[in-house]
Amino acid sequence: MGEIASAMAGHHAQCDDLFAAALIQASQGSWDNAASEFKHFHHEMEVHMGDEEAVLFPAFESTTGMQAGPTTVMRLEHDRMRTLLTQIELALTARDAERLDGYMSTLLILMRQHNLKEENVLYAMLDAALHDHAGELIAQLGLGRK
Amino acid sequence: MLSFEQAPPISASFRFLLTAPWFGVAAGLLFAWSGPAALTSRWTPSALALTHLLTTGFMLQAMCGALLQFMPVATGTSIWSPLLLASLIHPVLLVGATTLAFSLGTALPGLLTASELLLGAGLGAFCATSAIGLFRTPATGVSLLALRTAVAGLAVTTVLGLLLAHAISGHPIMAVPALTDLHAAWGLGGWAFMLLAGVSFTVVPMFQMTPRYPPWVPRLLPIALGVSLGAAALAAIEWQQTWPWILAISLAVLCAIAFALITLQLQHRRRRVRTDATFSLFRGAMITLVAAGVCWFAPLFSPDVASASWLSPCIGILCLVGVFVSAINGMLYKIVPFVCWLKLSLPSYSSIAPPSIKMFIPERAMIGQARLHFLATALLLACLVFPPLAPPAGIVFAISCAWLGTNLLGACRVYVNFKDRNRADAGDRGS
Repeated sequence: MGEIASAMAGHHAQCDDLFAAALIQASQGSWDNAASEFKHFHHEMEVHMGDEEAVLFPAFESTTGMQAGPTTVMRLEHDRMRTLLTQIELALTARDAERLDGYMSTLLILMRQHNLKEENVLYAMLDAALHDHAGELIAQLGLGRK
Repeated sequence: MLSFEQAPPISASFRFLLTAPWFGVAAGLLFAWSGPAALTSRWTPSALALTHLLTTGFMLQAMCGALLQFMPVATGTSIWSPLLLASLIHPVLLVGATTLAFSLGTALPGLLTASELLLGAGLGAFCATSAIGLFRTPATGVSLLALRTAVAGLAVTTVLGLLLAHAISGHPIMAVPALTDLHAAWGLGGWAFMLLAGVSFTVVPMFQMTPRYPPWVPRLLPIALGVSLGAAALAAIEWQQTWPWILAISLAVLCAIAFALITLQLQHRRRRVRTDATFSLFRGAMITLVAAGVCWFAPLFSPDVASASWLSPCIGILCLVGVFVSAINGMLYKIVPFVCWLKLSLPSYSSIAPPSIKMFIPERAMIGQARLHFLATALLLACLVFPPLAPPAGIVFAISCAWLGTNLLGACRVYVNFKDRNRADAGDRGS
């Protein structure tokens, strides 16, 4: 696995753990804990998506010339995930268990299939196109920073 | 070339997915009408028709639709021109499967030839276009090897089916019983089980929040299964189904049992507390898979079981209804709502955020239907001990499949209503 794939896939796994923690608290009716865990998860998701949109995708697009390729699809899915993250926050604030479960179930599938496409296809493309600058690009990422 | 666009047009996969349950209804009604006669031997017309309504009808429709939907996620590529392909293949497979069941049930030779042509052409086209996508992709992924093996398995099953049709029409290249068993082994093992496993490697962790499968499982399972089914083919041709055949099939069955036990263990370690219909149906499928495997090996330990007339239909019911209908049923309850949601969340479709996936099919309806499906499975098995149960068992199975079908149509109705409401709102805002 390339450097970029390793870093980003590793962060996927961290986000999965944070999501699971929020989901467990929510299913137990621990609203305050669920909100706290979700806030942490939401932050890391924004860091991850921001890193891709601000650092990795532009570097890939300028190197390969693929402006309307896979990165466009990924950006679109990021927007969908942001909408769901907002809906989940609203459901948590309203302590609406039904709505919360629905939106979290939706985000789970969207996020996982999005991550699969990145891990199975896109990150390998990024590593292939950007291998000369991988170290510099990874240093610019905000992954894991609070 | 990698094709990373959105999932295929909704109607491409949905025409297959929404058709599948109604073959189950037909199978249930046929079983109810045939009564205990369908259980006396797997060679009776009604048993053959029933088997193919479930395999070439229910399972094939659902699996073709699922593969169309799943390939972009698992491999980063989609089947060439999915909407055109679906428009051509779906009616061909629909009529082909119906004609096949009817011809086997009525022994009309002309119909068998017609079904042979339709299914040969439809499946040939599907296998070719799927194979191009699966074998040319540079993508990696846990499901890729299994999907490639499954499509190869479908191609082999199709060829064996065509040879069998020729044999029944009076042009056998090998003994019909041996050819039938080989066709069944490749169909259930090489195509259906391999596809179920391949899709499971991705969607079990995705849908059910389990840990991922151990890395050696997606790597070794397709190889072990391919080798065992290849050996079975050789055994059937060279040794006419003696101990090499039994050994080869036993290896394939062990692979299936291992997969089921590993999946059950992953489900036990899942991070989600709530049990939904998909989880229950999938867990039921895995438990039934182990049970079917135990039935296969039972004759080794008991000569009475080896000669029992109920053994073969028991394995058939466990595999077709208990394993594949259960697993497909569960997956449809995730795939259909999610794809509806995905399409509605496109900016071009809607400026309003769509409802969550849980709003497309009421949870009560899914859980109720799942319970009815389990009851139907139990009744079908009970028929082996008490044959007069056959008519009610068939009716309950038919109702269960019809309920599944209407639940899925209900999801589509929610989709259409939301789309229309959004279009009306957009029109109002523009005027």
